[in-house]
Amino acid sequence: MEFGPFLLLAIMEGTVMAAVLALTAVGLSLVFGVMRVVNVAHGEFFMLGAVLAWFITQAIPGPPALGFAAALILCPLLVGGIAALADMTILKRLNYDPEATIVATIGLSYIFQQAALSFYGPDARPVLAPFNIRLQLPWFGYSGYKIAVVMAAVILLLAVWLFMTRSRAGLVMRATQADRDTARAFGINVDRVYAAVFALGAGLAAVAAVLIVPIQQAHYLMGHDPLLLSFIVVIIGGLGSLRGTLVAAVVVGLSDGVISVFFSPTLAKILATLLVAMVLVFRPQGLFGARA
Amino acid sequence: MSRALALHLAVIAALFAAQFLVPPYHHTNLARIMVLSVFAMGYNIAFGYTGLLSLGHALFFGAGLYATGLGIEQFGLTTAVALLAGLLAGGIVAAASGVLALRTGGVSFMIVTLMFAQAGYLTILYFGAYTRGDEGFVIARAARAIGPVDFSADTPRYLAALALFSVALLVNFALVRSATGRSMIAMRENEDRSLMLGYNPFRVKLLALVISGLYAGAAGAAYGVLFGYVGASFAGIQYSILPLLYVLMGGAGTVLGPFLGALLMFYLIDISSGYTTAHLAVVGGALLVLVLFAPKGILGAIRERGARWLP
Amino acid sequence: MAALTLLSARALTRHFGGLKAVSNVDFDLQAGKVHALIGPNGAGKTTFVSLLCGRVPVQSGSIVFDGRDITHLAANVRVDLGIAYTFQITSIYAGLSTFDNVALAVQRQHRDTLQTEVMAALTRVGLQDRADQMAGTLAYGHQRLLEIAMGLALSPKLLILDEPTQGLANAEIAHFKTLIRGVTPATTVLLIEHNMDVVMDLADQITVLNFGQILATGTPAQIRANAAVQTAYLGG
Repeated sequence: MEFGPFLLLAIMEGTVMAAVLALTAVGLSLVFGVMRVVNVAHGEFFMLGAVLAWFITQAIPGPPALGFAAALILCPLLVGGIAALADMTILKRLNYDPEATIVATIGLSYIFQQAALSFYGPDARPVLAPFNIRLQLPWFGYSGYKIAVVMAAVILLLAVWLFMTRSRAGLVMRATQADRDTARAFGINVDRVYAAVFALGAGLAAVAAVLIVPIQQAHYLMGHDPLLLSFIVVIIGGLGSLRGTLVAAVVVGLSDGVISVFFSPTLAKILATLLVAMVLVFRPQGLFGARA
Repeated sequence: MSRALALHLAVIAALFAAQFLVPPYHHTNLARIMVLSVFAMGYNIAFGYTGLLSLGHALFFGAGLYATGLGIEQFGLTTAVALLAGLLAGGIVAAASGVLALRTGGVSFMIVTLMFAQAGYLTILYFGAYTRGDEGFVIARAARAIGPVDFSADTPRYLAALALFSVALLVNFALVRSATGRSMIAMRENEDRSLMLGYNPFRVKLLALVISGLYAGAAGAAYGVLFGYVGASFAGIQYSILPLLYVLMGGAGTVLGPFLGALLMFYLIDISSGYTTAHLAVVGGALLVLVLFAPKGILGAIRERGARWLP
Repeated sequence: MAALTLLSARALTRHFGGLKAVSNVDFDLQAGKVHALIGPNGAGKTTFVSLLCGRVPVQSGSIVFDGRDITHLAANVRVDLGIAYTFQITSIYAGLSTFDNVALAVQRQHRDTLQTEVMAALTRVGLQDRADQMAGTLAYGHQRLLEIAMGLALSPKLLILDEPTQGLANAEIAHFKTLIRGVTPATTVLLIEHNMDVVMDLADQITVLNFGQILATGTPAQIRANAAVQTAYLGG
């Protein structure tokens, strides 16, 4: 294949990455924006979404589309429920103290990894895509499913945006983000909002994982890369800024995809990691954020 | 002699006696625990005493380990020089990353340190041609000796680990009771006040981080020579979490806490692996239990309930 | 004998967004005297002294202390030059002992004679029997005294006290007045206060601040007689 089409392929692959990354990162960004806590277990919510998708698709007989649709609906709900439970039993008890929360979420991530290892096993296993349409371009064939993933991500992100800006629940969340004490004074049950936000963040990570699992395979360690990349995206975009997260996700996803295709994926990760650190040191508000 | 000093000397004496009292299987374990305790003591100086929650200390441990390992295997350094190189590598890397990382605080500091360590780990993998990446490499048995002392043998290894541990423990003891140590604690307790008493927060914190890096580098260097294996996993996130876990369990801000935490955690995992293969869950569960119910750790709780003299 | 000017500020300005906290203030402080800074809440008193001690950076203007331009020096450097500040809201090391609190101040200058110097500093304010007590468990009045002890232990040329008698009982206020009278003329004192009795009793000079600007400066008698001050603040 010549360079032009090869670049196009790399960009298309990067777009799929960016789409899934955007969903995952928005979940992390919401949690940090509203609750001001860093959730190190976010990658494990992603992994649990994929692993549960495997269990669900295994359990439901018939055409793969059926099992996949069930997974697409059930996984975010299940993972969201786990997250809400973790928030109410652990994070709330710690009063959302930043340092304690990080240590606690580290502990949680070990437990989730262990659960996956014990019940799912150490192997990577595939999940069948719901359909197998192939798009035939002049230079190469491309999976129709991957394109569907991008479209699904766009729709979901739009839904999240509409929810946050147009619905009452979204308004309540944004109010709590702006000023927790005033929100409480206005009668908003901040604890419940936090549980809901934590669940929503986890659910977004889970749905992103369900979308990617037919492409990537489910594995108990698959949460590490999404966690790191989501961190990178959220920090560069500006902690607490959804718009910044989206822009950064596109930039990071595309460049990671393209650099990985043409150069070494390890090098791409090193550069991205150092970039995050430098942004935090020299421009803590990221690209769009108001304050660190 | 104060009872505090007596207690610490007693611990060293007990560890010396232990090699005659416990079966040989445990000698290697205890040697490992002592070296990891030095790492944890270093972490404690930054976190427990100065309040710097770093999530990237594996970078300093790895720096020590690889400086020594590569020094011997790739650059033909003598063992003694390589060990010194490891010690210094830890301090230098800590200074370099500290100058940047200390421009941030709180959550940002945690993330920056995490990122630096991750970048370090990935760099080790990237230069796999020299470092052998995840697979790692072995330090030749012949190189694990200084003069007639062969560190791959049971007793010299144990005594070497004990010697390192003793020096680290007593230096730590002296530090926290000195004016410098007091200024680090002051920075943790009330930075604003410390600034208005004339202390330079950046300088105090950087010093704490560099001392912490020297400890970690020494531990990494010793680990390589004593146990003979250098691998990328020692620079990975697990080795940033372990010292935090040991310190939290034993008691942050106490001199003996890191050792106690390392000892307990090591044997907790060892014993539980007799019942289950769920090591990760043990670590995760321990972290959760500690942070929820015992954030001061064992010695921290004891100190609070009356043993105020415990440093 | 001409009075020595220890500190002078010229055209000192600090705005926070739209809020003009300190506007174009000229200020002179005479060595060895007690100088009080009064004014209604929100007048800019704490911001002004924060500019002097370095907690808040200066936007424009200059500060000269003991012959040196300190306008852009870091706060901890100014402490070593001789400026000590006690916080408006008590800021001690609650988790450390009373002894350790003062030791942190004393060890800046006296490492070898730490024990004696710390006990001397505690005795000066009357806290010598509470040396081993955890500072957070001290009564409020004692915590205020501890702050002052820490400030004095720095052997400062200028001691800035931000509302030191806030929340103190009458007996404690009387003790405080005696303490401050004993500190001058070796140390110059700049005092933010709302308690008019304390101000009139202690101050050699008074500056009145309102809306970030100086309303009047003078002796207690002059300020008492000043009509503008009476309207704005004293409720004349």
